[in-house]
Amino acid sequence: MTPPSFIIIPLASAFLITLVGRKKDLWGPLLAFAATVAVFVLSLLTFFQLGTGIKVYEMGGWKLPYGIALVVDPLGAFMLIIVALISLTSLLFSVSYIRHLGSDWKYYALFMILVGAMNGVLVTGDLFNLFVFTEIAIFAAFGLVAYGGRAHEFEASFKYAVMASVSSSLILMAIAVVYSATSTLTMASISVALSSVGPGMKIWIGALFLAGYGLKAAIMPFHAWLPDAHSSAPAPISSMLSGVLIKTLGVYVLVRIFYNILGAPQIFLTTFLILGTLSILLGVILAVGQWDLKRLLAYSSISQVGYILLGIGLNTPLGVAGALFHLLNHALFKSLLFYNAGTLEIGLGTRDLRKMGNITRLLPITAHSSMAGSLAISGIPPFNGFFSKLVIIIAAVQAHLPFYALLAVVGSLLTLATFLKVQRYGIRSENPVERLQARPGWGMQTAMIILAVLCILTSFLIIPGIKEWVLDPVVAAVMNKTGYAAAVLGGR
Amino acid sequence: MIIYLLCFALFLIGLYGLITKRDLIKIILASGIMGYAANLMIVLFGYRRSGVYPILEKGKETAVMVDPLPQALVLTSIVIELGTTAMLVALTIKLFNKYKTFDISKIRRLRG
Repeated sequence: MTPPSFIIIPLASAFLITLVGRKKDLWGPLLAFAATVAVFVLSLLTFFQLGTGIKVYEMGGWKLPYGIALVVDPLGAFMLIIVALISLTSLLFSVSYIRHLGSDWKYYALFMILVGAMNGVLVTGDLFNLFVFTEIAIFAAFGLVAYGGRAHEFEASFKYAVMASVSSSLILMAIAVVYSATSTLTMASISVALSSVGPGMKIWIGALFLAGYGLKAAIMPFHAWLPDAHSSAPAPISSMLSGVLIKTLGVYVLVRIFYNILGAPQIFLTTFLILGTLSILLGVILAVGQWDLKRLLAYSSISQVGYILLGIGLNTPLGVAGALFHLLNHALFKSLLFYNAGTLEIGLGTRDLRKMGNITRLLPITAHSSMAGSLAISGIPPFNGFFSKLVIIIAAVQAHLPFYALLAVVGSLLTLATFLKVQRYGIRSENPVERLQARPGWGMQTAMIILAVLCILTSFLIIPGIKEWVLDPVVAAVMNKTGYAAAVLGGR
Repeated sequence: MIIYLLCFALFLIGLYGLITKRDLIKIILASGIMGYAANLMIVLFGYRRSGVYPILEKGKETAVMVDPLPQALVLTSIVIELGTTAMLVALTIKLFNKYKTFDISKIRRLRG
């Protein structure tokens, strides 16, 4: 169960797919499946073995101040499970979906590189290594966004690439400043060294990282690239990008840097609160006006990431628990909704809500699972979205920030309006659509059913007893700010 | 201090070009300039005045050395930037084939 296997397995399968996949069509999906299932099982095992502990692996046997360490802590393991789960369902969905886009071994190879690089971001303990994995993941994402080969896909990919190059330059600047202040790149040592550095330097570092990784997380002033990129990609990739990529490259890294390295300075927590609330409101207001289903979902991703940021900015155990729970839930229901959009695109040949109709009869599984996803994202009990939003709002009230809680409730109501629109005008409209252009494959339907069931099942994570077992170790890993450094440097 | 400010100015020139230019090629060049500024910044942080190359030899006295780690980092980041630039150029070629123009204000199918 060593940490490197999370990176090696997907990357090795990507390499093998390029070797053997072009000869026979079956090899690509088969190898990708095998690797993802292996990573999924490994991540589950690691999470439950870890408990509240931490696992450090020194690459090449170089001791820590000199070498690069791979670190798996409860937060990383929790994220690894989400990434593996969503990649698994996305692969299941891809098998029949990607057929209509042409030769597919390239797709599976890029997909596995994306998974491997995201796992790399999650397990690395070195700041520059984190940057390198970020770049690998984003490179694979450019390729996958442009995969369909139509004009607007290249346009979206170009925009995405330009934005990504700005954010990588900012991150590189931030790393340069960190290195000049601390003379080390291991995150744990940086955390120790920064405790003796003045607050001015911390603000410089934090501001550069917030701009760099905020661009990747598509927080509100930096969001412009997301609706294009996420709506132009093939549906399973949209769900990977919206479901996990903006969370691993954005939210996870922000939590790691601002909590475990910088020790959660108040000025940045306030910034998180303000930007989070701004994202919640503006994201959903932009989403309401959309008629293109995938674009609507992409804008609503911005708003939902706002909830996660709001919970993180509260800096209370309850707020962080809500944020992490919402992170898991958003990955599930947003992926489900993107699968629905993909199925509708294949079945009806359109993404425009006004042209859809008769879906409950033609595509019953899509109609019912999209209802589950819409209820979950709007926060209707007993679906998971209700509980995570409730926890975040209660945490905001307890932290004596009722104004933010009120705005979060308003955002939730607007989300409800958005998805009522999807159901009323799209899925359950009375447009006379007589027959399907193509039937969705079994893989697409299975992926949707799995996620719809999980949307209800994950509600149980909030029940006392299960919460202590699953969510609390992760929250403890985030809230124990200096514990990360102590565990990594002392836990050998 | 002035040299860091100049380096930051270079970064801002890149950002300015990225935001204001309408030509795809010029946007790619501007993103390159931003990357150079970031790389230069890293190398500058590793520089020591009148330092020597960081290799210990027999008979050589230990003196002030330049920091070798930033140079290693810059090599990696140059390679990454090469990748980004190649990707951007490839996308530009595809865009030119589809739209027959390099003008970004005419390549606008995605809005809203």
